[in-house]
Amino acid sequence: MREWFKKGEHWIWMSSAMVALSVVLVFGLFSMITYKGLVHFWPHEVYEYQLQNGKEIERVVGELRDSKMKEVSAGEGQAPQEIPQLLIKVGNRDLYGIDFRWLSSDELVSDEPKIAQDAVVIERYEYGNVYGWYQSLKVADETFSGSDLQAALAKQVAEGKRLHDEIKSIEKGDIGLINYKIEQLRLEEKRLQADGDWTDAKAQLMKDERAALDQQFREYQAQTQELYQLQKTLGELTMTVSGGQTLNVPVKNIVEYWQPNEMNLADKLGFFFHGIKRFLTEDPREANTEGGIFPAMIGTITMVLIMTILVTPMGVVAAVYMREYAKDGPVLRMVRISINNLAGVPSIVFGIFGLGFFVYILGGSIDELFYGYALPSPTFGTPGLLWASLTMALLTLPVVIVSTEEGLSRIPRALREGGLALGATKIEVISKIVLPMALPAIMTGLILAVARAAGEVAPLMLVGVVKLAPELPVDTIAPFVHLDRKFMHLGFHIYDVGFQSPNVEASQPLVYATSLLLVLIIVGLNLGAISIRNRLREKYKALDN
Amino acid sequence: MSHSVDNALDKALSGPAFEKRIKRRNLRDYLSKIGISVGGLGIIGAVMLIMFFLFYVVLPLFVPAHIEKHQTFALPGGANETTLYYGVDEYQTSGLRFTQSGNAYGFDLVKGGATSQEMLPLNGAQITSFTVVNELKSIIAFGLSTGEILVAQYGYSVTYPNNVKTITPKVTYPFGEEPIKLADGVIEHLAVRESDSEVRIVYQIKDSAEIKVMLFSKVESMLSDSVQLEEDTDGSLMASLPTQWLLLDSLGRNLYNIDADGKVEYIDLSDVSTPQVIEQVELLQDDKPSVVRFLLGDYSIMVGTEKGKVYQWFPVRQADNSFKLQRIREFDVSQSAITSIGIEKARKGFAVTDADGQFHLLHSTAHRYLGTEQAADVSLTRVVMAPRANGALVETAKGDLVHYMIENEHPDVSLESLWGKVWYEGYEEPSYTWQSSSASSDFEPKFSLMPLTWGTIKAALYSMLFAVPIAILAAIYTAFFMDRQTRQWVKPSVEMIEALPTVILGFLAGLWLAPHMEANLPGFFAIFVVLPLGIILFGYGWTKLPKAIRQKVPVGRRAVLMIPVIIFLGWFALQLSSPLENAFFNGDMRHWLTYSAGIDFDQRNAMVIGFAMGFALIPTIFSVAEDAIYNVPSYLVNGSLALGASGWQTLVGVVIPTASPGIFSAIMLGFGRGVGETMIVLMASGNTPLMNANLFEGMRTLSANLAVEMPEAEVASSHYRVLFLSGLVLFIFTFFFNTLAEVVRQRMRRKYGSL
Repeated sequence: MREWFKKGEHWIWMSSAMVALSVVLVFGLFSMITYKGLVHFWPHEVYEYQLQNGKEIERVVGELRDSKMKEVSAGEGQAPQEIPQLLIKVGNRDLYGIDFRWLSSDELVSDEPKIAQDAVVIERYEYGNVYGWYQSLKVADETFSGSDLQAALAKQVAEGKRLHDEIKSIEKGDIGLINYKIEQLRLEEKRLQADGDWTDAKAQLMKDERAALDQQFREYQAQTQELYQLQKTLGELTMTVSGGQTLNVPVKNIVEYWQPNEMNLADKLGFFFHGIKRFLTEDPREANTEGGIFPAMIGTITMVLIMTILVTPMGVVAAVYMREYAKDGPVLRMVRISINNLAGVPSIVFGIFGLGFFVYILGGSIDELFYGYALPSPTFGTPGLLWASLTMALLTLPVVIVSTEEGLSRIPRALREGGLALGATKIEVISKIVLPMALPAIMTGLILAVARAAGEVAPLMLVGVVKLAPELPVDTIAPFVHLDRKFMHLGFHIYDVGFQSPNVEASQPLVYATSLLLVLIIVGLNLGAISIRNRLREKYKALDN
Repeated sequence: MSHSVDNALDKALSGPAFEKRIKRRNLRDYLSKIGISVGGLGIIGAVMLIMFFLFYVVLPLFVPAHIEKHQTFALPGGANETTLYYGVDEYQTSGLRFTQSGNAYGFDLVKGGATSQEMLPLNGAQITSFTVVNELKSIIAFGLSTGEILVAQYGYSVTYPNNVKTITPKVTYPFGEEPIKLADGVIEHLAVRESDSEVRIVYQIKDSAEIKVMLFSKVESMLSDSVQLEEDTDGSLMASLPTQWLLLDSLGRNLYNIDADGKVEYIDLSDVSTPQVIEQVELLQDDKPSVVRFLLGDYSIMVGTEKGKVYQWFPVRQADNSFKLQRIREFDVSQSAITSIGIEKARKGFAVTDADGQFHLLHSTAHRYLGTEQAADVSLTRVVMAPRANGALVETAKGDLVHYMIENEHPDVSLESLWGKVWYEGYEEPSYTWQSSSASSDFEPKFSLMPLTWGTIKAALYSMLFAVPIAILAAIYTAFFMDRQTRQWVKPSVEMIEALPTVILGFLAGLWLAPHMEANLPGFFAIFVVLPLGIILFGYGWTKLPKAIRQKVPVGRRAVLMIPVIIFLGWFALQLSSPLENAFFNGDMRHWLTYSAGIDFDQRNAMVIGFAMGFALIPTIFSVAEDAIYNVPSYLVNGSLALGASGWQTLVGVVIPTASPGIFSAIMLGFGRGVGETMIVLMASGNTPLMNANLFEGMRTLSANLAVEMPEAEVASSHYRVLFLSGLVLFIFTFFFNTLAEVVRQRMRRKYGSL
């Protein structure tokens, strides 16, 4: 054994174990996020637990979400007992006040949980889920129950969904457009007044325009009023919930309903994918703790795209200058080290730079020069999409410069000299020979930059990301991309919902789902970058030979 | 045939069209060169701008005050009267001078010169004493020869005659124009404090050693807006020192009776009817006080002396809950006697004048000397600061009034207050405190970067403790022992963590790891023992297995073999949690820590940070260290092996020494990243600015602090600039470590090149 230690075998085992540990941690983490993220969409079985509550038996119906052991001392001198505790999502927030409930298994009448036959789960626009059983459905004067109920409910809910979509489309689309136009008119008026071009004729023109818009606005409002009235006539579903109470659910509040205990695998899979689709395409509800993440996704993508548009020319020009034009020497070496080091400067430092320089100084000056009429309400002198993208571009610039330079340096000298010998000018060599060949390297840099920008949150918190943006940064109103708007972001969504929401327990599954999406995007991008890099290496190997 | 081609070529390569094309191409080349150079330099410049911008924002913090003499004019009301009080309006356009004779002279600060004169309603009595009741509201009180007092308030009205903003000073009487009768006799010393509901008056009658205290409650008149005073309780005390100054603090609880030699009698007035002497203290040694007054907040006593020093004293709570007056700071202001002290009305700054005619600007908490001006060649008799601290009036002995304009944005920050211990008012001892805002309005922001820097280093070090052994050992194995196929997928998968958004790690650390760790604390500690022991036992047990089995897993594949072992050991260690807790910690380690070991425990603590951020640092360190080891020339390794060294011996004796600069730079890079990481610490550290090394308590780091406070900081305020300073500190920190790592790495590369 001494020999074994002397040879350092234990260290080899130790080091191999550390590799194993890292790999276990990485894959453990990824599988945990994947599992917890996906399980959110799976229809959970609804169980019924019977609790001994004094002499009476209390029934608790809900989904089993978590369990842990709690130690209870069994008395003097005895070892404490471990009693499993179950976390049940009981829903019916308007009735119970809480979504979740811890049950201690020693209070349960029987250890085996009972599957609640025919139990229905209803997702609502407000107050979270309902767990219970159908009692009756009242539509106008008609009352459905038993087997008729399901068919009638399906019809009513589909109608409710249609109405809901229509109202939303009018309120967000049409009325949004009118509000935007009215706001533009107001700003135009302020601008004209500031310029001294304010004449009576223009005033009359604007007044007319505004009146027309107001008229339109009232028309749309009347339409929505009508739809709201229609919604009210959809009827009301009466549910029996655990404990024998009844709960009335207006049909217009129902987002989705399902009977998880009655589903077969195909149904469940269908529900699962439907859930994922809804998650990706819907707006968030209830302070971001329910619903989808569509605006956050759009915000992230828009920001990243604008950042790419900004960072690509900047990175490439700087790299071409440093590699092809600048004179090599100690100065260039220092510049190179500094740029390299900037990649290691904490992102929050870029954030405060963005806030202090872009937002307050640049944005403030732009406002004074071009949007003076709108002051004191700032246009660009406040955090927004443009500044967030610019800050991110600066943050990822070193990545692009370094990677492009590396690509340029790999291109054999012979190719450049060949081009020059044939009479091409330097810029022709660069633009027709060098850059096309370095394209994969530039792409790698860009992909890495995008991956970094998509996952970075700290600087964005200072320069433009908000918890809930009223409007998307891109829409159908000219100029289509609104650089001055604030936006939502997947990473910030995770921070906000996980840490600032009042009901963390209820929103956790959603955070895991968002995390999973973000991880997939970033890991995908990185894998893409790696594969491009590998292909690039092989290509140059062939060139070198 | 070829002739015709040559001809065509010649034709194409000559002539005006060709020349033009060449010219165009050359021009394009030239323009591109300029464009790319300008663009490239511009971008490099923009990148460098970050650092300079941080400096640019931070710099005003350390700039001394700019003091400029605006104008000098003759004292309104004449030099033979003694000034009691100056009121100045917020815009520095007008002022009001109250004198001993009972006159209030209004004057214009823009043009200079008197504008009005008003006599206070004294009913023929003489003013025998004076006190400021409320510095912020400009309420003052006069003690009269008839045993009465008159409370007055300086104010001003803004009117717009002919569209010109005109400010007129005025005097109002919050408790009526009729003086309030306190006693018979001449009131020689007076101190008054008022609160929303009551007024406390302390006075001393001439030729009497008795200090009397009276408490009045405010009664609002039903008919008019005026407030009446109704006598409530009173008390008295025989002073043992001949009174020279009588000071009553803001709450009216502490009374200081100070004699001409600088001895003070500290009297407790919490019970008005029975004042208690707490202690007698000598404020000065071999020196005599020339001016004594309160600083803003009426808590600190500022003592100016004959020898030109200013001392700050305030009562400090002792261990037994009693209070004692203590000397806090000393300012060596001047060579000559201090003649007056004026205070700022929003900050703890003050101005001092001396007998040599100099005017000094200082700040108490930051202990800063901000500037000195020679106001006159004679002694200065009085100084008053404008309400916004952007100006000062200095009265000279020869009857002039000098008006100074002051630009002094950030007197409250100094290197001493940022990095040293500061004794704040109401604190028991000097401390490093970060507290940038508070709900109450008379709050003094406390900007000590020490707790944040400490938190940053604590977080980085604990995570390095976790990350370095794992990352370095894993790098050694991956680079040196692992076979190629395994390495091909192991390296990228470990490096994948680097791309993982830290907000996800922070979320998991704060909401999943922290509660689990709290519940299974002994289990997590058991990991540190079980894992190494288990691995070594497994390794040794492996040698005892039959050769056939052993040969199935070569050294290069051992990592794969270890995966299930690690999972089992980790699970086993966590299973030990409850038994360990029962055996050693009475069933609850948390409880045991808090009550038996006396260690504070937070759910989000340094251990959680160590695990979570350590995990994030693994790929940074692993990747660089692995490269360094992998690039060690193979003939060095082969030589060592050929001479009979074992694999590990070769590694320790040859490979690691050669690769050590690379490993060092890997650690530096990891540290740099740990220092700057924001989201993990923001979400899992609890964000309390503490200064201890306790593993079970959280911290607040520079970066998390920026993320929390930056959006709320008012632009260009001291808070904003201090936050930028902390950003600059972060920047320099990481820039230093990264440069160090980069330089070391480059040198190593050159060394390998020569090998």
